[in-house]
Parts: sequence; C-alpha cells; structure tokens
Amino acid sequence: MIDFTLSENDKKLLDYVRTESLVARKYAREYDENEEGFPPDALPEADQYPGVWSLMGGRGAEDTGASAIGMMVTMAETWGDYSIRMRKGRGVGLGNAALSAAGTDEQKEKFGGLLLSMAITEPGCGSDPSLVQTTAVLDEETDEWVINGEKIFVTTGCRCDGVVLWATLDKSAGRAGIKSFLVEKETPGFIVAHKEKKLGIRADDTAAYVFQDCRIPRGNLLGGKEEIPKQGSGGFRGVMKTFNMTRPMTAAFGLGMSQAALDFTREQLEEAGVDLSYGAGTHGLSAAAAKFQELEALQEAAVLTVLRAAWLSDQGQPNNLEASISKAKGGSAVRTITQGCIELLGPMAISREHLLEKWFRDVRITDIYEGTGQIQHLIIARTILDYGRAELN
Amino acid sequence: MISFGPTDEQEVIREAMHEFAEQVLRAAARDADETSEVPEDVLQQAWDLGLTSTQLPDGLGGGGEDRSPVTNAMLLEELAFGDPALAIAATAPSLFAFAVADHGTEEQKKRLLPAFCGTKFHAATVALIEPSPTFDPLNLQTVAEPKDGGFVLSGRKRFVVLGDRAEHFLVVARNGNSAESGAAAIDAFIVPRDAAGLTISPVEKNLGMKALPTVSLELERVEVAAEDRLGGDAGIDALRLLASTRTANAALLLGLSRAVMEYCIPYAKDRTAFGEAIAQKQAIAFTLSDMKVETDSMRWLVWKAASQLEQGADATQAAVFASSYAAREAMKIADNGVQVLGGHGFIREHPVELWYRAARTLSVLEGIAAV
Repeated sequence: MIDFTLSENDKKLLDYVRTESLVARKYAREYDENEEGFPPDALPEADQYPGVWSLMGGRGAEDTGASAIGMMVTMAETWGDYSIRMRKGRGVGLGNAALSAAGTDEQKEKFGGLLLSMAITEPGCGSDPSLVQTTAVLDEETDEWVINGEKIFVTTGCRCDGVVLWATLDKSAGRAGIKSFLVEKETPGFIVAHKEKKLGIRADDTAAYVFQDCRIPRGNLLGGKEEIPKQGSGGFRGVMKTFNMTRPMTAAFGLGMSQAALDFTREQLEEAGVDLSYGAGTHGLSAAAAKFQELEALQEAAVLTVLRAAWLSDQGQPNNLEASISKAKGGSAVRTITQGCIELLGPMAISREHLLEKWFRDVRITDIYEGTGQIQHLIIARTILDYGRAELN
Repeated sequence: MISFGPTDEQEVIREAMHEFAEQVLRAAARDADETSEVPEDVLQQAWDLGLTSTQLPDGLGGGGEDRSPVTNAMLLEELAFGDPALAIAATAPSLFAFAVADHGTEEQKKRLLPAFCGTKFHAATVALIEPSPTFDPLNLQTVAEPKDGGFVLSGRKRFVVLGDRAEHFLVVARNGNSAESGAAAIDAFIVPRDAAGLTISPVEKNLGMKALPTVSLELERVEVAAEDRLGGDAGIDALRLLASTRTANAALLLGLSRAVMEYCIPYAKDRTAFGEAIAQKQAIAFTLSDMKVETDSMRWLVWKAASQLEQGADATQAAVFASSYAAREAMKIADNGVQVLGGHGFIREHPVELWYRAARTLSVLEGIAAV
C-alpha cells in the first residue's frame, strides 16, 4: 500500500535526532571558521544522549524500512550540521563500507576495528576512475605491493586509521586493472600531505595523500583476487554497485541542509509578516510566498526520490537507476533551494551571523562528489535509452 | 510506514488502464483534436470500465469499492498517457459523483448517485473556474445568497468540462451567509441543466485539449433549494475538494509528461544526424534523462498527496506541491519534447505539439479540471 505516514517509532527516532542535531548545530560556526581544527570525535554533550543506534532496535512491521528511515535520520542529522554530529565515538568511513562489501573474512577480522577512509580521486582523475594513475606493483621477493601515486579529496583522511585505495596493476588494462588496497596509517611511504581548503563543509576532514614506494603486505588487496579480468569490467561493476546506497545517502546529506535553509527562511519571512499559507490560487500569493512554495515543493520532490531509492533497497529490489535519479535530483535541488533562500531574505542572508550562507556553501558539494550530476544523468540516460558506454559517452 | 508499493489490485488497474489508454484513447486523440469533438463511443467504452461506478456505494448500484484517491491518481496518470483531453472527458462524471459521495448527505447520494451506476455514460460536472485573470479558488466571485430557506446563485463560470451535455452542474460558490472567509465560506450547489436563470454558452474554443467540450455558465439569480446545497447544513470540506482536484490535475500532468518522454525516446534513437542517433548526443540524452527524473518526482508528489487524502489527513500542502510542481515540470517536458523532435515537433502528424498545447492548458487550471 502506498503510504507516507510515519509510525510512532519513526517519529520518536526522528524527534530524537533533531534534538541532538540542534546541540551539534551550536558548534557549526566555530568549526567552519576554524578550518585547521577538527571537531572532537564526541561532543562534550555526548554523554547526555544515548545515540541514534540505541533507538534503532526493536523496530516492527509497522515501522519504515531500515534504508528509508536511515535516509531520514541522515537528513535530520545534517539538518543540525553536516560535519558535526553527536558521535559516540569515531564512527565509520567509506572504506569500512567497501571492506564489509568486498573484503575477505580474514581482512574483515584484521581491519574491521579501524576507521577506514576511501581514496579514489586523483589530481587528474575524478568522474572517470579508469584514469587512475596510482600504481601497485607486486614485489614477488618480499610478497609486498609497492604503491606510488597521489590521492586527493579523501573524506575522513586525516582522522582515519587507514585507507582503502584504488590503484592500477596494469594501466593498459583500463578499468579492469584497478584494484582496491588496504593501507594503514604509519606505513612508511604513506604521507598525509595536507587538509584540503574548501568552499564549504570546512570542518569536514578532507585530506590529500602521497604514496612514495609505500610497501604493504600482499594480503592487503581487498577481496584477494589478483588476476585482471580479460573481458569487460565485471569486478569494476561490483565496486560501482556499492554506490546504490551511498548515492541516495549523499543526496540526503544535502537535503538535510537545504531543509535547514528552508526552515530558517520560513521563520524569518513569517516574522516579517509574509503569509506563507497554502491553498490560495496564483493571485492569492505574494511573489515571496510563491517563490518559497516553489522551493519547498522542490525539496519535497527531491526527498521523495531519495526515499523511493531507499525503499527499493529495503524491498531487495534493484535501484541503480533510482539511486542515480535521487542523486541527480538532490544535487541540483539543494543548489536551487539554498540559492533561492538567500535571494528571498536579501542582504541579511549573506551575513555570517546566520548559518544560511554556510548552508549555501556546504550543499554545493552535493552535486559533485559521489558522482557529479552529469555522471548521474549519463547513467539515467543510458538506462532509459538502453545504451551502453559505446553508444553514449 | 513509508511505502512506495502499490497493492496488487492497483497494479492490475494500472495495467488495464494503460492498455485502454494506448489502444483506445491514443488512437482516437488526433482525430478528436482536429474535429474538436469527443467521440461518444470512446466515452462509452471508458464508462464500461467502471471508472465512476466502481467506487460508488453498492447499495446504490455501485461497485462498493472503497474510495481510493491513490488508485484514482494512478488511473488518471495512465488515461492521460493516452490523451489528456479524453481522460478528462471520460472522468468528468466522477468529478461530480465523487464530490457527492464524499461530501453529500444521504438523501443527496440516494437521489443523484444511482444515475452514475447505470450502463450508459452519464454526463455531469463541476463548475469552479471563473473568467477572471485574478481567479482565486479561495475567493470566488460567484455568490450564493440565502433566500426563503434556499439560495440564489449569481456569477459566471468558465471551463466547465462536458458542460454541453451535463445533466447536473455542481456550482462552487461563496456562501453570502457565511461569516467566514476563504475555504470555510465555500459551498457547492447542485444545479440542473434546465434551471431558470442559467445560461449555457456554446462550446468554448481553447488553445489545447480541443477534444474536450467546455462551456461557460452565466448564473442570473438561479434559485436552488436548501437540499441542493451539497452536504446540507454542514456544507462541504472545501479544502479537501480543492486538494482532490489539485492532486488529480497533477496526475493528469504526470501522464501527459510520460507520454512525451516515451514518444521522444524511440524517436531520438531512430533519428540520426552527423552519423549517429541524436539520442547519442548528450544535449538530447540529458534532456531525456531530465524528463525521467521529473516524471518520477511528480509521481511521488502525486502519490503522497493522494495517500494523505485517502487517509483523511489534511492534504492541502501536499496537493499544492504536487499540482504546482507538476504544472511547471510538465510544461518544461512538453516544451523540450517539441525541441527533441525538431521540425517534426511542430507538425501535427506527431502528437507532441498536441501535448505541448495540452500542457499549457492543463497547467494553468491548477487542479481545477478533474477529480
């Protein structure tokens, strides 16, 4: 049955996260301005909050599925602040997701307790990871991989204990030659070059790495399969599949912030006496109210595409197309919404006294990382046109 | 619980409606537009599917199924995929009948609904839109003044669907007796075709959806009895009525948008330029992928509004989101559809120009045209 209501458990959970988020928001400006610093793993108030996971247990058939409620929890978290959350500890990184999806039992045992980041992007390669220049060469004498190359935009790159990194065994093999490797911090030749300076999400830990003859054990190749598949890129496709949940999740990150921007804008407009109630015809609305409702509808549309992608995952159904739709929609919606909110509030909106200008900067990454909007459109177009890479590139 | 899963029954209905839309409505659409006439046999075939009667009470001859705005939204999407004008013509009686079923008194249901449960297409409609550029559904210029226990209606209406043949009009008006303003002052009155003081115009000539006969009404001191006020003394829940029509309009715009998209995809794959299919060029491919993103977005907004209506919640906000969003995006999609087809998009041999006109027509009605 089509249903958009929240169960009592759902509501309790989301109310809790919003309460927590407001506490986290108090620190938002401080760490935005102090880019060199890192927010603590746990906020001073963390002990007063049991953490969202304590409320995730005991969910029943009348409650929203895990992926879908997960998206809503994520939105409620970034509604507080993107970078600062009520963590109980250090959390997990994107590398942990890759480890649990593709690692051997032995690797999961050995590295599972570490905070792992994921390093894919390089100075000369972003959307097309088949251009990866970082190399891994096997030294048969010592049974070690020797890694050389540069990685940038590594999320949680400074704080993590290790990284899952993409490197090529054979550049001539294109995408098929790319493998993932587990590299622990402190390994000689693994250099954390700097923390990136960014437009937004400044409190976020984003690092640049250099690998210089960095030697790691042979067993650190994620999944353990050393051979290069001859035809196609089956292995690569497996890696790309992990994006089916991270893409809607990335959209959700942005949509939490654009919701915060909308809430702030509504509050300010209503305080200034603008009537934002629904139901009147076009002529019953002021220009500001009409614009605001347009932005709100856009937010709702984007949120629903995220929930739809997650719901499919909860049903065990494929959601590759829908994951890209939600990412494309979310990425573009949050730009329009935050830009529009600033337009609606005028000069007051650009003051750093308020968080709106920060949300405007913070959301901008949504349409870029985890596959740009254009890449998502390429995936969507190929799917609906029944084209492969050869037909549409 | 958030769920995007239609019931098995809804899946069956969607499939059946899609087939009907494709084989009957789409096939008849071009001729109907060119001749500005709605084919009677198409209306009758649609009637035979039970579009109206299925959800009317079984005690009155209906199918006794629960009223389901969600099912209706799905049904309207599919029918509009065939042709938006014929979809509205076929469902106009539901506009009247469902309003009576949802807001009417027991006496009104008994008096009016059996006619919608028969085997013959029964035309009736709602008159809401007014001929003013500042038309606002919450501030109507048509007024019902109380007189001798009944009411006297004065005002003008336009874009009254099937008004050329409707036996009854549900005229939406501001109750002059009401101390309230906005939605609380809105009432609906059952006016028979032969009411004294009612003038029905010839069929209007519109930009789009030319197959859909619409008329204007002139109400000059039309007297109606107290029992012709829909809902009796309690009146109607006008916000709910508006939310229903807005949601339905959004569903029609969604179906229209999907029609454009599904027509453009094979065209763009077939048409070559500079040595490859135009669909292989990102400028065209991304126009098409955008249509996919937006039709999906529209559908979830429609479903959300419909599901809130179904659960009896206040769906005003969700319906405004769905209808305004669909109006904007459907217009863009139809516009881009013409562009994808290039010169062929301008030629009446292809249906895209018809959808372009229909999108502009439907998207200014903001949820007034159908239930």
